Amino acid sequence: MSPAHALVAAARPPAATLEVLRERGQREVFCGLTGIVWLHRKMQDAFFLVVGSRTCAHLLQSAAGVMIFAEPRFATAIIEERDLAGLADCHAELDRVVDRLLARRPEIRQLFLVGSCPSEVIKLDLGNAAQRLGAKHVRSETSEGVRILAYSGSGIETTFTEGEDACLTALVPEMPAEAADAKLTLVLVGALPDIVEDQFLRLFAELGIERVGVLPSRRAGALPAVGPNTRYLLAQPFLGETGRALEDRGAVRIDAPFPFGAEGTAGWLTAAAAAFGIDEMHVNRVIAPGRERAKRALERYKPALEGKRITFLPDSQLEIPLARFLSAELGMIPVEVGTPYLHRAHLAHDLAALPPETRISEGQDVERQLDRVRADRPDLTVCGLGLANPLEAEGLTTKWSIELVFSPVHGFDQAGDLAELFARPLRRRDVLRI
Amino acid sequence: MQLAVWTYEGPPHVGAMRVATAMRGVHYLLHAPQGDTYADLLFTMIERRSARPPVTYTTFQARDLGKDTASLFQDAARDAVERFKPEALLVGASCTAELIQDDPAGLAENMGLPCPVIPLELPSYQRKENWGASETFYQIVRHLADTSVRPEPREGRRPRVNLLGPAALGFRHRDDLREIRRILDLLGIDVHLVAPLGASPSDIKTIGAADFNIVLYPEIGDAAARWLDKTFAQPAIRTVPIGVGATRAFISEVAALAGVDPALALDDPSSHMPWWSRSVDSTYLTGKRVFVFGDATHAIAAARVASEELGFTVCGIGCYNREFAREMRLAAKEYGLEPLITDDHLTVEEAIAVAAPELVLGTQMERHIAKRLGLPCAVISAPVHVQDFPARFSPQMGFEGANVLFDTWVHPLVMGLEEHLLTMFRDDFEFSDTAGASHLHGHGPAQREPAVLAALEPAAANSDTEIALALAAGWTDEAERELRKIPFFVRGKAKRNTEKYADEMGLAAITLDTLYEAKAHYAR
Repeated sequence: MSPAHALVAAARPPAATLEVLRERGQREVFCGLTGIVWLHRKMQDAFFLVVGSRTCAHLLQSAAGVMIFAEPRFATAIIEERDLAGLADCHAELDRVVDRLLARRPEIRQLFLVGSCPSEVIKLDLGNAAQRLGAKHVRSETSEGVRILAYSGSGIETTFTEGEDACLTALVPEMPAEAADAKLTLVLVGALPDIVEDQFLRLFAELGIERVGVLPSRRAGALPAVGPNTRYLLAQPFLGETGRALEDRGAVRIDAPFPFGAEGTAGWLTAAAAAFGIDEMHVNRVIAPGRERAKRALERYKPALEGKRITFLPDSQLEIPLARFLSAELGMIPVEVGTPYLHRAHLAHDLAALPPETRISEGQDVERQLDRVRADRPDLTVCGLGLANPLEAEGLTTKWSIELVFSPVHGFDQAGDLAELFARPLRRRDVLRI
Repeated sequence: MQLAVWTYEGPPHVGAMRVATAMRGVHYLLHAPQGDTYADLLFTMIERRSARPPVTYTTFQARDLGKDTASLFQDAARDAVERFKPEALLVGASCTAELIQDDPAGLAENMGLPCPVIPLELPSYQRKENWGASETFYQIVRHLADTSVRPEPREGRRPRVNLLGPAALGFRHRDDLREIRRILDLLGIDVHLVAPLGASPSDIKTIGAADFNIVLYPEIGDAAARWLDKTFAQPAIRTVPIGVGATRAFISEVAALAGVDPALALDDPSSHMPWWSRSVDSTYLTGKRVFVFGDATHAIAAARVASEELGFTVCGIGCYNREFAREMRLAAKEYGLEPLITDDHLTVEEAIAVAAPELVLGTQMERHIAKRLGLPCAVISAPVHVQDFPARFSPQMGFEGANVLFDTWVHPLVMGLEEHLLTMFRDDFEFSDTAGASHLHGHGPAQREPAVLAALEPAAANSDTEIALALAAGWTDEAERELRKIPFFVRGKAKRNTEKYADEMGLAAITLDTLYEAKAHYAR
């Protein structure tokens, strides 16, 4: 049995016995608004309008680290004193802002009204606003129309990547219903860099999966259909609500490990092919070249990473599959793997493949977690931007977790790049004589 | 509601963080949801601080809202005080917590914590970062200053002064401070206290022991200085020593208040800027049109240096902090200008395009605007960027600061000798369009943005530089060929002037004659 099959077969029933350290306290993570930074790149005709405070605007510009683009496809409608005091009607104000925005940016086909902590707390109904505004900007003879949707990226409800989950969940009702006699169709779910998405689409075609849709689609008009003959395959581990919404519309999840490294990607593709009844010999033939390439790329990094101890602080929910990749494919030793939220069903394969002694933690009390990092002294700590330099100053080597979300890391041909992200800080630590 | 794409200032609690992070021995308990912790990275990444800001975020979630966010706050307060053992605890709310009205001040005061608690009321929906920093520093001084402390008798000791305003994430505060300390040292004046940067609550207690105050950054330090004047009768120096003239005025005022000889610091042999500016190579700087925008203090100072010490013409001036609108209006009058007081960067971009300056002195925001418009630019003010924290000593204040200003403002322009050669060899192939503007590279798109973004957005929008030369209708071939012979750094202006002239004269075609008529019309 090939390792890929082993990875699929090893999936024990969601480990009821799995010990998880649950913590609650200060969380050193971004809120869901941050997802806008990559979602607006992915959806090329979409605009994201955060309805929030100056803090939201400041977060987006700081997290994005940019002030470089003249007019990016996101902005914040900043709630002011007069809105709160009832001197201005929030909905009328929002209509005014949206009208101006759409007049200025006629190329926009989808507009997301993104809820924030303040808009949630004052119970500003953005779903309602989206309907009202959507009716006003509907397709007509003179205009192509704008799809207007709402979701919450607020910090009181979403942690970092959960913002993408909320955004995609809002898109699911917009997907057309598949025809009654529809043939089995695959929908790939999760925002991937275009280059990676295209690699996967080529592989699906070679495997013989003919009908493949992608959520989110690059353009508003390209949303795939959904229904009982839809099989969906998650490319990202943080899409629990999206999965549930797809299932409500009849789609069935393909149980698979996540596509990181040679084996993760092989297992992921194999699971997809199995759901479409494709001959195993053919599957092995199709994936062999990519898998071999990935293995060769990883071999180069093994000497640097093998036996090195690594801790993940909770950030993107990519932690479990990445720890699986680093331990199973590169011989690293996961000490603690923290995740903001643990979706056991979606992560069953990756969880099962982690060394049993791995400490898995869910949620965060950052001070206590840092105490553990100091006691564990791992060779590498994966953490957010706020913590990296302070830990480096304490003599702990770190890797910025945000790069794992922004860089192309999925699939066979990115396996080496993914390993490089972890190897570089260690290499730097060794080369510096300063 | 205000539509914002980029903002010059963060929310007021970020201002409070800048004060708390600058100090020693204080901790800031911020009632806030998860996500507000993003502000930590401003300090650890942009400023490269090696420690986390001393801030605990209560991290309440939606499910806590119906229940007990107040006890969450109190638990966090107890944990923070036990773990960090601060000499003083600042408590406050971020924008969301302000809406749920938990009253952090009351909650903390009732807990009997073993350290002074300083409540901060920072209205997030009205105020911004600088105001938040100023208010926080003022509250700290008010709460902690021992009002019975007075300066020792003046006989037999050196004069003593407080330096007010330097904070975390400040534009060159670290280096300004070193330069100001050097000046005071030459004058024989002791620095009693620098605050907030590096001060502890017990230091603040003794703030009344100084003879007078120096407000280096009025945006942060002035409110506290006014209270100190009222309470301790401590006078304050408010001249901001940016530029040679202001530095000399500053030295004279300080020396007069301290009763020392100003000559000790006035004749500083390291002050190169006056000669550099008078030297013949700088002739070409005469009348260069400069647009100035930033925080009011830096913008006003930069305009004065530009006009008096470099011989530039200030063609536009403005600031983003309304709190200092009065000072800005007063300064703008000197240049016969209506100041631009706005925090909308799109408005600033329009104003710069209309003013058609030859140099922009602004913030990182204007640097990007200038890049799009193809104009040289130097950064003079916050909001800060990772490159505003250079490894080397690079002050803005004092004589060394003036040297730095000369270098950083003049380098983006073509050097005088170089300009002369360019005119001589304007038809040489090396000065063709394809050769590009070599002198702009240091300020061009190669600037390092945090790696995060480099991966995300490989190609910044450069299209506008192209548009800059898109010709209006009516150019004859001959006129267009002539236009292209004009050196690239004045071509845009020649084009604009010619088109404007043609428009005003109602000419349908722009001929060779139109080009030179316009040149004569607009000749200075």
